[in-house]
Amino acid sequence: MDYEHIPAEQFRFVQENELLRDRELQTKSRSFFADAMIRFRKNKSSVIATWILLFLLLYAFIAPVLSPYSIWEQDKIFVNYAPYVPEIAKKGWGILDGASVYTSQNDASMNYWKGIAQETGMDPVIGVVGTHETTVKVRGKDVVRYTYDLEVNSYNALGILYRTLSYAEYEAIQNWQNETGIQVIYPYVEQKDIQGISDRPNIWYQVDGKGNAVTDADGNLIPMYSSNTEIAGPEYHSIRIPSDPGTYIYAYSKSGAVQCRVLYYNYYIYLNGHEPSFVMGTNAMGQDIFCGIGVGARFSLLFALLVSAINLTIGAFYGAAQGYYGGWVDMLLDRIADVLSGVPFVVVTTLFQLHLAKKVGVVPSFLFAFVLTGWIGMAALTRRQFYRFKGQEFILAARTLGASDGRLMFKHIFPNGIGSIITSCALVIPGVIGSETSMTYLGIVDLSSFAGTTIGTLLSQGNAVVTTSPHAILYPSIFLGLLMICFNLFGNGLRDAFNPTTRGVDD
Amino acid sequence: MVKYTIQRIIYMFFVFMTITLMCFVLIRMLPLPALAPNDPHTAILELRREALGYNKPYLVQFWIFIKNIVTKWDWGVSEKLYIGRDVWQVFLEKLPATMIVNLYSIIWTIPVGIALGILAALKKNTWVDYTISTLTMVVISVPSFVYAFLVQYIFCFKLRWFPFLMKGGTDYFSLEMFRSIVPPVLSLSFGVIAGFCRTTRAELTEVLTSEFMLLARTKGLTKAQATVRHALRNCFVVVVPGIFGEFIGIIGGSLIIERIFSIPGVGGLTLNAINGLDYNVFMLSTCFYTAIGLVASLVVDISYGFIDPRIRMGSKK
Repeated sequence: MDYEHIPAEQFRFVQENELLRDRELQTKSRSFFADAMIRFRKNKSSVIATWILLFLLLYAFIAPVLSPYSIWEQDKIFVNYAPYVPEIAKKGWGILDGASVYTSQNDASMNYWKGIAQETGMDPVIGVVGTHETTVKVRGKDVVRYTYDLEVNSYNALGILYRTLSYAEYEAIQNWQNETGIQVIYPYVEQKDIQGISDRPNIWYQVDGKGNAVTDADGNLIPMYSSNTEIAGPEYHSIRIPSDPGTYIYAYSKSGAVQCRVLYYNYYIYLNGHEPSFVMGTNAMGQDIFCGIGVGARFSLLFALLVSAINLTIGAFYGAAQGYYGGWVDMLLDRIADVLSGVPFVVVTTLFQLHLAKKVGVVPSFLFAFVLTGWIGMAALTRRQFYRFKGQEFILAARTLGASDGRLMFKHIFPNGIGSIITSCALVIPGVIGSETSMTYLGIVDLSSFAGTTIGTLLSQGNAVVTTSPHAILYPSIFLGLLMICFNLFGNGLRDAFNPTTRGVDD
Repeated sequence: MVKYTIQRIIYMFFVFMTITLMCFVLIRMLPLPALAPNDPHTAILELRREALGYNKPYLVQFWIFIKNIVTKWDWGVSEKLYIGRDVWQVFLEKLPATMIVNLYSIIWTIPVGIALGILAALKKNTWVDYTISTLTMVVISVPSFVYAFLVQYIFCFKLRWFPFLMKGGTDYFSLEMFRSIVPPVLSLSFGVIAGFCRTTRAELTEVLTSEFMLLARTKGLTKAQATVRHALRNCFVVVVPGIFGEFIGIIGGSLIIERIFSIPGVGGLTLNAINGLDYNVFMLSTCFYTAIGLVASLVVDISYGFIDPRIRMGSKK
């Protein structure tokens, strides 16, 4: 087309008589915060971490309420017992069945388990995991002996215990038995009839000198229940075991009280009104771990939040003074921070515990230890922000207009740096939780009397029984690991979202 | 540079003395542990306390404390845990166990960590990088006692490859000792590997995208040449001080790992001193950990200057 010779009539005005105005912006304005949120949402790992984190927080606050147990309830018997929920255990799925593995069980111990199963009706043996064959020489002949690795329900394996009851309690249990039909008290066995064994109340059958069962020709256990009314306690008028001809005695009279063989599982129901049910098992103190983790985490989170809030405040003021005034003030304050940051944290914690724990309590002195050195990082950060902004034109303008130092610091400079200060707080929290857990783990600080338990305490108790009850350390470890990973991912995501320039510097 | 170094050392010394004074006064302010009434040591310990000026002002006590250290290297005697024994001797006995564990750990973790970091940086934004970065993130977040539990449960209990606790005795280089050291070394290693991997990756990715790398490629270097000669060197400016810091840190050890595997080391000694209120031992541990922290940060700072001429501060400051 020939552009140089376009006839004039082909041109027309775009507008002639209208006012020409800028269009109003049609897009919605987006605040800094909203912008950051959009960037945050793009980071998938952080979003997932945030959801898991929310779930863990929810757990920490709801678990202690949901759990039928309080952290102050310490069962003396169910110590380090494996996870167990009776409804699920009955289904036989192999989970939550209170199973621990008992290794090298010989035939004699198999009879012991059989005895418990036969008497109480609750079979402790869940299954045989492994069979070992060993050949031993007995009087010159090779005899094959078998030992088994058994999966045993520890709640059932406990079986019967001796309990000394007052007459009133004895009577109350009998009434309860009549009401509910659950048998707690089992017929008494005199120790002289079972070779004088006094520490194994589960033996109700004839035994040899080693405490191993003596069976009849068919391989059945021979009951040794006592019918001696001379030693019996008050009259028994409740459920009797099926094989009882009506003469067995159920209590052994002791001055002013009776000693009974009590099926602890049912006795527990009598005492607490519900079956024992520990989703994550119990720890060395007989506390419910499900509840314990919640209680510990709740304390850790609140404590960490408090510490970071205090440190943020102190650090902000300190850093503001350093950064704003600069010169000798900066130098002096920096020297003080240097000295404080040089003291090892273990030493700070220990000294505070030794000096203050008796006067102001364990938790405040622990808090002081965190506050003493914790603000330094925050102060350094604030200081950096102040150095970045204090020379800029808008500060000069504000100063020219007569703004005071305080106004300049907290109205003009501080808001500019607040993004990075707040986001670093999200990374301070897991740090505080980590140190808190280490200190309670090492036993330098003992918070059990204040908080009930902490994750560190749970871990340290679990570590002592890692071979026999791995669940006691497994669940707190999983919780703590997840919490720390999610907090860090969340913090990193937040930081990247608020300071896109530092993105990926150390992720 | 020399002037700067000397300045830093003097400054560090003052910081150290201040911290020591603070801790010293705080420890001496605590009520003294009662001595066993009929023990033959009691009389001697009381005389010692008298000589150390326990009833004089704190500053005088501090002066005597420092004087004893400077003139006789006398850190006091243990009053609770190892009654009557020289604290420094006890401490020296504990040091090798701590050092050996940490030494074994960093000897293999630093190369592995750096190698993984380089790999991740070179394969940036591929599945290799994502896997390494994610694992690093996870490993750095999880505290060391969780690893210790896993190592103990899997390797010591389930597989029975290693003993549960560290072997006693002083045969630090025997095979049996090595076997018993493996679990704590493993537990310590995860964190170190992840730390070095993260730093190396972050540094190297930054260096790889810088302009001089483009120039190096433009003037005809192969990618390998450019990476090894230009990128790695620049990335090590940050990584090498970290290695120095780590090496100083090995004598510090880890309280938690030492407790879990009952390593007869400095960490265990410190914990015992805290629980048993043996103040002289605790004072020595305090000085020890403080000194390590300060020296490590000093070495890191100064080595930056030695490695990278751009950061040299001597002339300016």
